[in-house]
Amino acid sequence: MSHTLAADPPPRPEYERTPLAVDSIGEIVRDLSWRERLTQNALFRRIVILLVLAAAWQIYATWLDNELMMPKLSTTLVALWDALTNGTLLERTLLSLQVLVTGYAIGVAAAGILVSLSATTQIGNDLLSTLTAMFNPLPAIALLPLALLWFGLGLPSIVFVIVHSVLWAVALNTHSGFQSVSETMRMAGQTFGLRGVRYIFGILVPAALPAIVSGLKIGWAFAWRTLIAAELVFGASSRSGGLGWFIFENRVALETPYVFAGLLTVILIGLAIESLVFRTLEIHTVRKWGMQR
Amino acid sequence: MATAPPRDPALPVLSAEDVSLQYKTRERLVTATWRVSFKVYSGDRFVLLGPSGCGKSSLLKSAAGFLEPVEGRIRLNGRDIKRPGPDRMMVFQEFDQLLPWKSVYENVAYPMRVTGRFPRSEIDGRVRAYLDKIGLSRFADVHPHMLSGGMKQRVAIARAMAMEPDVLLMDEPFAALDALTRRTMQAELLRLWEDTRFTVLFVTHSIEEALIIGTRILVLSPHPGQVRAELDASGLGFDSAGTPRFAELQSRIETMLFNRSPTSLAEAHA
Repeated sequence: MSHTLAADPPPRPEYERTPLAVDSIGEIVRDLSWRERLTQNALFRRIVILLVLAAAWQIYATWLDNELMMPKLSTTLVALWDALTNGTLLERTLLSLQVLVTGYAIGVAAAGILVSLSATTQIGNDLLSTLTAMFNPLPAIALLPLALLWFGLGLPSIVFVIVHSVLWAVALNTHSGFQSVSETMRMAGQTFGLRGVRYIFGILVPAALPAIVSGLKIGWAFAWRTLIAAELVFGASSRSGGLGWFIFENRVALETPYVFAGLLTVILIGLAIESLVFRTLEIHTVRKWGMQR
Repeated sequence: MATAPPRDPALPVLSAEDVSLQYKTRERLVTATWRVSFKVYSGDRFVLLGPSGCGKSSLLKSAAGFLEPVEGRIRLNGRDIKRPGPDRMMVFQEFDQLLPWKSVYENVAYPMRVTGRFPRSEIDGRVRAYLDKIGLSRFADVHPHMLSGGMKQRVAIARAMAMEPDVLLMDEPFAALDALTRRTMQAELLRLWEDTRFTVLFVTHSIEEALIIGTRILVLSPHPGQVRAELDASGLGFDSAGTPRFAELQSRIETMLFNRSPTSLAEAHA
């Protein structure tokens, strides 16, 4: 305990000052240089990433030098152009997109109804929790044989499995989004006299939008996967197959560049939807509102 | 609904008669208040004061229509309160009471739009007038996440006041603010009250705030909340802090809340 107290701090004089006028301080606001702006631009950064990936593909494929296993990016692009202009790729893609959008729209609408029920009634809440727990882990493709039995060979079967893959993912995300809406915001909405559908769309939906958008993204990805997989399995049987069938056909014919062209189409559409639709949606909503960075 | 019928000023706006409140947690049923009665008259700045656990927030929620009394009744202008409604706007402590997807202007306008309490043609003028009152006209088009805590609370108060509710319910609206901002906001609330003479039911756990804000103070005892006293604090404001009346009322309330006997208090002051 040979612990000595520190000495008193030295006495110092007090003082007061008057802050300088703002204009004499100098640079307070400054425009960013073009380099700073460019590196802050998300689109620019993404394009750089895409270019690096494309270069890696081209270099690896050139080094491998095996068209059958891994065609070069340039060969794939030529094949893509050829399939688009002379072949059936455009038609196939449009058909796939049509089925996809149909299934996605039905799935999202059904999810909306289920989640609205769960937001307003306890029984709806239990119903949704039980159904999502049961069906969310069930792979859509596993339902395909059953769908074929019920709806026959054709588009309705594919639409059915797409709906299944979209519905639970979107419902689950939206539901958890609704549940995380703060009590204060709920009460605020109720003091405005909002009830039922007006309460759901006036308060819950915008408040849960970050979760809803991520649910929509996941649902969209699931829909694509299910569609391509379903077409690979039985696309041949419907009158004219979609993208999955295009890929399957060309694999059988060992036209690997065209297989890659098909896959590249899926990727390009995915990128386009992500950057055009979902990002635009996010920029104009959740980011603008400060609910997401 | 647009215009309230003329009221007899001798009748209370809000009356609680033997109100007992309970709420359920997962394991137990908690009695928050036991047979609490009080009457709020038009133009009152009525403060519910008490330590945490005295059920003052529960009383406010009950007046808002979120919590139904298990015993007794709460009435607004003689009618039982059954559910939340725009005749009792509430200002919460939390900043997330503003809707982040709406601009400041839209936040204030939204309740007026959805309730139809005012004709559409009046809404714009009312929003601008109230934004002007709270000094945030320049921020009308800004979204709430760009605002400081004090500014958010100002918007919430403007939103509630613009609705001209029969009674304004405030649940510790300044508790989450820093001390300097809190003082500014208290002064501002008093200034707004001088301006429009609204009726407010205000919950706080700060004796000083109760004395400055309130004209009537209902002191509640904890676990479960029961009425300890109803005091008159009219005429007290920032200027009164340090006056004998202010100090006397303050020590009376302290005595009630901490169960100190007046003698031990005198010793403490000596």
